[in-house]
Amino acid sequence: MSSDSLPSQVSTAIIGGGIVGNSLAYHLARMGRDDIAIVDKGPLPDPGGSTGHASNFLMPVEHSKEMTNLTQRSIEQYKDMDTFTNSGGIEVARTDERVEELKRRVQSAKAWGEPAELLTPEEVEDLVPYVNTDLIKAGFYSTGAGTCDPLRAGEVMRARADEYTDGGLHVSPNTEVLDLHVENGSIQAVETDRGTVTADEVVIAAGLWSPKIAEMAGVDIPLTPAVHQMVSVGPISFFEDYEGEISFPVVRDMDTQMYERQHGNDLEVGSYQHRPILWDVEDIPSIDEAPLSPTQPPLTEDAFEQSMADALEIVPELLDDPEAGIRHEIDGLLSQTPDGAPLLGPLQDVDGLWSCAAVWIKEAPAIGEAVAQWMTRGWSDIDLHGADVNRFYEYGNSRSFVKDRASEGFQKIYDIVHPAEQYQSARELRTSPFYEKQADLDAEFFEAAGWERPQWYESNSDLLDRYEDELAEFQRPNEWDSRWWSPIILAEHLHTREHVSMIGDMGFSIFDFRGSDVVDYLERMAVGRVDVEVGKTVYTPILAENGGFVSDLTIARLGPEHYRVVTGGAAGGSDRAWFGDHIPDDADVTMIDRSESLCTLGVWGPNARDVVDSVTEEDMSHDAFEPYTAQKITVGEVDAWAMRLSYIGEQGWEIYAPMGQGRRLWDVLWEAGQDHNVRPAGMGVYGTTGRLEKGYRLFGHELELEYNPAEAGLTFHGVKDADFIGKEAYAEAIDEENTATLCTLSVDDHAPEGGERRFMLGNEPVLDENGDVLVDDEGRRSYVTSAGTGPSVGKHLLMAYLPQSHAEEGKRLQVEYMGQQYPVTVEVVGSRPLFDPENDRIRS
Amino acid sequence: MDTVACIKRVPDTGAKLTLTDDEQHIDTSHLGFTISPHEECAIEEAIQVADDHDGTATVLSLGPADADEQLRTGLAMTADEATLLETDGAEWRPRETAAALADALSGDADDPDFDLCLFGNESADVANHQVGIRVAEQLDIPFVAGVTDLTIADGKAVAERDVTGGTEVYELDLPAAVGVKEGMNEPRYASMRAKMQARKQSIERQDPVAGEFDGAIEKVKLEAPESTDGAAEVLGEGTDAVPAVIDLLRDDLEVV
Repeated sequence: MSSDSLPSQVSTAIIGGGIVGNSLAYHLARMGRDDIAIVDKGPLPDPGGSTGHASNFLMPVEHSKEMTNLTQRSIEQYKDMDTFTNSGGIEVARTDERVEELKRRVQSAKAWGEPAELLTPEEVEDLVPYVNTDLIKAGFYSTGAGTCDPLRAGEVMRARADEYTDGGLHVSPNTEVLDLHVENGSIQAVETDRGTVTADEVVIAAGLWSPKIAEMAGVDIPLTPAVHQMVSVGPISFFEDYEGEISFPVVRDMDTQMYERQHGNDLEVGSYQHRPILWDVEDIPSIDEAPLSPTQPPLTEDAFEQSMADALEIVPELLDDPEAGIRHEIDGLLSQTPDGAPLLGPLQDVDGLWSCAAVWIKEAPAIGEAVAQWMTRGWSDIDLHGADVNRFYEYGNSRSFVKDRASEGFQKIYDIVHPAEQYQSARELRTSPFYEKQADLDAEFFEAAGWERPQWYESNSDLLDRYEDELAEFQRPNEWDSRWWSPIILAEHLHTREHVSMIGDMGFSIFDFRGSDVVDYLERMAVGRVDVEVGKTVYTPILAENGGFVSDLTIARLGPEHYRVVTGGAAGGSDRAWFGDHIPDDADVTMIDRSESLCTLGVWGPNARDVVDSVTEEDMSHDAFEPYTAQKITVGEVDAWAMRLSYIGEQGWEIYAPMGQGRRLWDVLWEAGQDHNVRPAGMGVYGTTGRLEKGYRLFGHELELEYNPAEAGLTFHGVKDADFIGKEAYAEAIDEENTATLCTLSVDDHAPEGGERRFMLGNEPVLDENGDVLVDDEGRRSYVTSAGTGPSVGKHLLMAYLPQSHAEEGKRLQVEYMGQQYPVTVEVVGSRPLFDPENDRIRS
Repeated sequence: MDTVACIKRVPDTGAKLTLTDDEQHIDTSHLGFTISPHEECAIEEAIQVADDHDGTATVLSLGPADADEQLRTGLAMTADEATLLETDGAEWRPRETAAALADALSGDADDPDFDLCLFGNESADVANHQVGIRVAEQLDIPFVAGVTDLTIADGKAVAERDVTGGTEVYELDLPAAVGVKEGMNEPRYASMRAKMQARKQSIERQDPVAGEFDGAIEKVKLEAPESTDGAAEVLGEGTDAVPAVIDLLRDDLEVV
């Protein structure tokens, strides 16, 4: 390894020599990059960032599949480098609510394939004799958990990278980055205080300094340094009899948002309970100026007071050891993002510039690997969409937004977070022109990608009486099941299927493409054939080379050289980056983001035509405006554009209008709708109830990189002649028999043991008759990808990929929810809609 | 036997010092504050002596309201009481400091209300080496500086200090004062429970007596020390490094 040297040219420059930068270098080298530089302003092996002060334990089980998989994979890597100690870890519950949460943890552990079990307080005591079991009601035991040595791992990774590159790894510590050179939208070079290195690709892996580095290239990495308080107490005589760094499971005292873990003869006590303490990156001292390290400022004493009381309560024997004192105490700085997930991937405004930031020790080796895969071949084995750095693009990069959300998110780190829980801060950021009207109708707003979207309308509560009989068996008596939910959603659904509703704005991302090469370009992007007649729409998967899903969206042809792509709001940032990155340099293709200039209103239901036709200049009859086509229309005074399609399987249109005229569009349609029993309906109908009855797949739930279109049941396009990204894998997937197939299931009994009827919410493991989780031949486990009630079919519906052996209609299986198993039946194998299977309604 | 440890809030050392623009102060925006290492030993000794002789250990400081933090550290080490002579944050010179401390220590009737007063040999920031002996002078009690060992017996204190080629031993009548050097004992880390209790303990606040003195030293400006090039040098790996390590220890550092 050429250490301490800065070459003038490399193919890949990595800024940051913490665990993330080292992991990236190693995996890039393994994948064939032979010319890599690591630059860090600090010394090695500990350059002074969070890698140097983390508590270094890895608890693999989370409710996110991807984060769990990343930690599992990281543990494998730490083991391989001989830097992992398998101590196990126990989350203890002090409250009944937490006991339920621990059951949900076991459920997630089963779903994601990690051994775990619930423990009684006595069993906790057997494993960790110093825990005050009088305080606890249960424990969640993650046997695979443990601790690692990230500094040593970094050394091993650098050494391995050096071997793979045959000396092509250049490590330059004590080197401060002064500027990033960007020309014509592409990264050119990294300027440092020890010279400038030109590079084809630059990765910002600088932890909490990443925003500062990104700013040098004029782009945003939205994170903020946040304090995590930690103290170390010792020497504790109890530990003197045990050899090694750790002999007892790490204890997470979840209800106090703290952990206690042995470290030699010390006990490390960490807290996420204190008030959020956020730093500005500019205020972090330099290495020279910092007494301990830049990321270890002195403990804010008053904020730690309650934490000390709680720690003394849960492990009194250790902390009251007369010999033991607080030997080390810090406000450890870590990176906090607006939603808690990492910030990974290509920064879309600068070609060749990547982000690999806000990564924890527990997932760093696997994230280094996944990002290296992304960089070298275009996709990663573990889907990183939820961590795409572009997800806050054009709405959530401001310092104010980042701080508000980071403050709120900090408090959720050990909290019990409902899957539908909404952020309360930085709200009403993106509002459609319908917002005031919807607020007047008592809309309950949920947020997606900053957009305020009605989930349901309290003004529709009268519908609960009208549909009382249909809804009776779908009321949710359990508080958890009904949190962030209302039976009004089901009533709105029934009303929509019987009459007509207005749904919008959906917060779509909308991109227009123009140019003489636009047909060739879009053909290459999409599975479906896009060289269709002007006025046609194409719903199509967008794939990576491996045949996994990058997105699914609708492409409409507006003119010979003009297309419009409509995709989900949450996927907008990453889709925009994907489409933008794939425009060839020499192609005549222009991409225009219309997301903030067009609003969208859906008018759907059997009465939709009556409503719309009464106020449009155009003939809206079935023959004049066929299904799956698009036209310009004038609604009242508003010049708009409409597609005749519906995500809930009803007659009707998605109508697009300039934001400035959106309010008028709403008023005109609302007034016209009064004669046709129109109601407003929320995203609950659009995103869940209507969608599930129709078997429509949702990106990020059913559609992801680990499953291909054949498995998802989306091969209706066949294999077109034109080349497109993922074609080979796609054609192969169609030819081969599926390993798993996406199915729709229904719950047979919501209270098999009597008592309260429970309703699954998603992510539950699917089990066979013996209670074993279904696993397909590729090792992928079956779990519920989406869950929701289908009021028109009278069933609570679940989607799940099932191994071929179990993908059989009528097959009886089980789903585990909150520690209880529920019988379910496979209703549909593949994408056939459960409701209106012939799609007569859309075609009506 | 009652003891008092006099302590001072000083910027945490161990980092590169930056100065304020007027060169009058250390820029403490990135620094934590601490107690001088000598004074930590003074607190430890004060606590041990008080414990061994059924007395009360008090920590006393002259400084800004924030010096509260250092006094609580003393309480968390299990000192019994704490007193802050609260200033407005301006710098007090040694004579003024000593006068104010002596006044606070002198008790009601010129009879000091302590048996043993411990100072750090010098403060970690300005290191004037003056305050302890000035206080002793004003209270008219014996004082020994540079003390590395202290025993109390038969109503007397025996203080030792290292000098070139040997040790000096002093016997002091009580009440007495000593200037303590780091290494005299191993200051304890505060336990978590003691630290928590210390946060709840009350600290007595007094207005320091401000004396008028002529001809005292004036601070012109501060200069930050030249930063030494502290880059580490790798001497070798594994057993290959042994000869280089021996050379260094024997020839360069002359410690073996």
